[in-house]
Amino acid sequence: MTEPAITPELVEKHNLTPEEFAHIREILGRDPTYTELGIFSVMWSEHCSYKNTRPLLKTFPTKSPKILVGAGEENAGIIDIGDGLAIAFKIESHNHPSAVEPFQGAATGVGGIIRDIFTMGARPICALNSLRFGPITENDGNSGAGSPAVPSPGLKQANLPGAGNAGQLPSSDEQESGNARASAVANNRRLFAGVVSGIAHYGNCFGIPTIGGEVYFDKSYEGNPLVNAFCLGVLRHEQIARGKAQGIGNPVFYVGPATGRDGLAGAAFASQDLTEESAEQQRGAVQVGDPFMEKLVCEACLELLATGAVAGIQDMGAAGLTCSTCETAARAGTGIEIDLDKVPQRAPNMSSYEIMLSESQERMLIIVHKGREEEVKRIFDKWDLPWAEIGVVTDTGRMVVRHKGKVVADIPAKKIADESPVYHREAREPDYLKTTRAFRLDEIPDTGDPLGDLKKLLEWPTIASKNWVYRQYDHMVRNGSVVCPGSDAAVIRIKADSLPDVAADGAPPKSVPEKLIALSVDCNAAYVYLDPFEGGKIAVAEAARNLACTGAVPLGVTDNLNFGNPFKPELFWQLKESVRGLAEACRVFNTPVTGGNCSLYNQSPAGPIDPTPTVAMVGLIEKPEHVTTQWFKDEGDAILLLGDAIDTGDPLQGLGGSAYLQMVHSRKTGTPPRCDLEKEKELHLALRALIHSGAVKSAHDCSEGGLAVALAECCMSQQTARETHRLIGATVDLSEVLKAAGEKARLDALLFGESQGRILITTSAVNAGKVLAQAKLLGINARRVGTVGGSSLQLKAGECTFAGDLRELHDLWWNAIARAMTR
Amino acid sequence: MNVAVLQFPASNCDQDAVHAIRRLGHSARFVWHKEHSLGDADAVIIPGGFSYGDYLRCGAIARFSPVMQAVRQFADNGGLVLGVCNGFQVLTEAGLLPGALVRNRDLQFHCEHVFLKTLNRDTPFTRRIPSDRPLRIPIAHGEGCYFADPETLERLQKNNQVLWQYCDASGNVTDAANPNGSLLNIAGICNETRNVAGLMPHPERACEAALGSSDGNFIFESMIEALQNKAVARAA
Repeated sequence: MTEPAITPELVEKHNLTPEEFAHIREILGRDPTYTELGIFSVMWSEHCSYKNTRPLLKTFPTKSPKILVGAGEENAGIIDIGDGLAIAFKIESHNHPSAVEPFQGAATGVGGIIRDIFTMGARPICALNSLRFGPITENDGNSGAGSPAVPSPGLKQANLPGAGNAGQLPSSDEQESGNARASAVANNRRLFAGVVSGIAHYGNCFGIPTIGGEVYFDKSYEGNPLVNAFCLGVLRHEQIARGKAQGIGNPVFYVGPATGRDGLAGAAFASQDLTEESAEQQRGAVQVGDPFMEKLVCEACLELLATGAVAGIQDMGAAGLTCSTCETAARAGTGIEIDLDKVPQRAPNMSSYEIMLSESQERMLIIVHKGREEEVKRIFDKWDLPWAEIGVVTDTGRMVVRHKGKVVADIPAKKIADESPVYHREAREPDYLKTTRAFRLDEIPDTGDPLGDLKKLLEWPTIASKNWVYRQYDHMVRNGSVVCPGSDAAVIRIKADSLPDVAADGAPPKSVPEKLIALSVDCNAAYVYLDPFEGGKIAVAEAARNLACTGAVPLGVTDNLNFGNPFKPELFWQLKESVRGLAEACRVFNTPVTGGNCSLYNQSPAGPIDPTPTVAMVGLIEKPEHVTTQWFKDEGDAILLLGDAIDTGDPLQGLGGSAYLQMVHSRKTGTPPRCDLEKEKELHLALRALIHSGAVKSAHDCSEGGLAVALAECCMSQQTARETHRLIGATVDLSEVLKAAGEKARLDALLFGESQGRILITTSAVNAGKVLAQAKLLGINARRVGTVGGSSLQLKAGECTFAGDLRELHDLWWNAIARAMTR
Repeated sequence: MNVAVLQFPASNCDQDAVHAIRRLGHSARFVWHKEHSLGDADAVIIPGGFSYGDYLRCGAIARFSPVMQAVRQFADNGGLVLGVCNGFQVLTEAGLLPGALVRNRDLQFHCEHVFLKTLNRDTPFTRRIPSDRPLRIPIAHGEGCYFADPETLERLQKNNQVLWQYCDASGNVTDAANPNGSLLNIAGICNETRNVAGLMPHPERACEAALGSSDGNFIFESMIEALQNKAVARAA
């Protein structure tokens, strides 16, 4: 088979600039072969090389005495959790594949991140995900970028007495745009349903509990959904495996299913803008996942690692065989030589280009200590998995690929892995901020129907219960799920059988002290859109607050930077400012970034996504009795608010970028709430101290929808079983709080504002005084706002009083997404 | 009690079953699907998961594995066999239990706690289950809708082989309490001789308070007591 000639057009098709091509020629001292061009193209894509983001990523705090494997060293970072145990975790995006084929795109995203974890020698024990889609209801209030008030047909008018539009036919223009809207919404639902079932399919079959996550719906994600998958694994310190091709003369094994033409150059695909044609053309770039195979490969690899026969191990993820061979050689400072004729192949007549760039799933590269090859064969035969010895570690420093007796690639491994281009992109503050910053509260009337607005917020899909999603995920397998989805953070228990086996002889695991790990993934992208720096800080602060609410001390962070095209200065500015915010907050909370993923070029023909730096934070809970959940526990308990009810220093009183502005006023605008990191940290310390004292019965932070939504959630988020919910009311009086906030304080800001640093806790009535006193000693503003009990949420704030029937509120909140999806 | 927990490729509740049995102070060990013998096992648990990837049909390939021939013999000799979730599917495919498990009626996977009403407390799997309240145990399956022809259903009822039905918190067998569309709300059944049982809910996931429920232990404790009584009877 003849290979195409290397022309400027071919180079451009591989997304390489003329300058990058010149650099390749300089490295090689000649023109690259077609296969080599493909190799450089994927290795130097943003997905593999971080060429546009590396200078920014360097600003993250990445060090702490607890870090055993740091950011960028290996496939995932590892943190010490004491007693010789450690956790490996990472988040990764699969946005573009999911836009094209939601089920397989999301499924293979889960598969890829699980492989990153067991590659480290860890047993994967839980998964999270962070998802974003376009609106799934036609009357969704938010209408996109910096929008002026756009009346949302259904809701607003329907709520005006006497202004119902029954009998009024829309004009033909409206009808047409209505049809276009309906089809866009239907497509958003299709993507949402496909992604959720893809994650469920892969995770459930593999047998990993998907124990938490977040889902947002916003117009900016229409056509470019975000699918960020997180996995956490556990291991002993001495079990850490390395992705290094160590030991000259060691054989290189390929294990796992055969290589096919699926997923050709997926990494390069992920590093381009999504266009309408690309969705059609690139379907072949989406891989097909087989969770059954992954489960077997994982078990076989962990069994093999326990023998001590492995010198290095790396999964074949993005850029498949290419990335795994040259990265392992580059890390070890060695060379690697492989023969493609020995690679198991699923399709006939595959070219060397195709074999090297294929992203067929569930494959691993294993470097074995010479003389111990039989152990690989024995274990992989036991699991009925294909394996092949395909090459050898050399001392040449070169990655040499042979096919049909010819050398098809010969590249200095270190140069391709480490000398990828680095770009300092231009950053410019976007113009839309002038408009959004100019927003003032007097442009909107204060709420006239607080209960009505609360109901609207509770059934807004972004705020509504996500049970339709997490019920489809097995979130209990492996007997470790202590706090399941539906509270502020998930809690997973590590016990002896969570760990990989020490020896392959099947000896029962040594006893280890049980550990409790809390996890949360967060990002309010509306804030980031309106102020990337402050929004970045808030993403970290909210994750830390969620962990504090479960009783955990944060340990570290993995982040997923989902942004638009970095060549557009306004979009690069968003990225740069968000990273600055994330880094500053991570320093304050002492949560180093242990790794993560960048996904740029997230835009559809309609424009870029809201900048979305997703933050997954992991923490440790010292004792089982510290585990705290968000729902109210017993009648008569006192409800306390920690933190300031309204940030009166904020001219928008916490309403900027709020769910209330988006949903009720159809505006995504304003300056988002301010985040005082030091104050926030003090609050978390105080909350943990109160939890440790044993007095806290529930804790829930105020986020989207503010205090009113948080109170409602406390009343109704405990599910005992299918169709069986524990609803427990509350009587809340915020009059004092409102008065204390000054005469300018607005009712909508009090109820629905999203001022940062606020947590609702409950304590038994007898302990209330003591807890308030203790909070004051700890320097925290704390106030009793009500009492748990009854069958409704009764709220008073000055003149305003209402009583929300919990059964009604619960039905709106619990069933909103199911209703939207079965419409 | 010495329990053999089968391991098929992609069994994924095998560790949880061992965990639950060991917590009760009894011994449990894994038996690989390629083995031809169950050794000195007193009882067998076929755990949940996606045996052989559940390709073709759930449990359809597992029934042909060498270990299942040993299980069939063990059951024929009166040994206690409990199939959980995928294990239940394997038992129906193997013909050790009647009926079949098909896609949930809403075509979605369901992971949630359910309540179970126990209909027959006179079996080795149910004798220790309290009569005053339903059990609270989680389910996690996409294909748990129990289906059988009318004659089989009638026979199951006549012989008191329906062990568990999905019910609400007060023990009422309602359609709303049925998570998957199972006929007669059936969650679990046993064979005519009462030594082979299968259920879709996961008792091994409800084995300690830290996980939210320990109701699953009643089923394992029933099996332990039945075996102890049998041993005493044999000795006497």
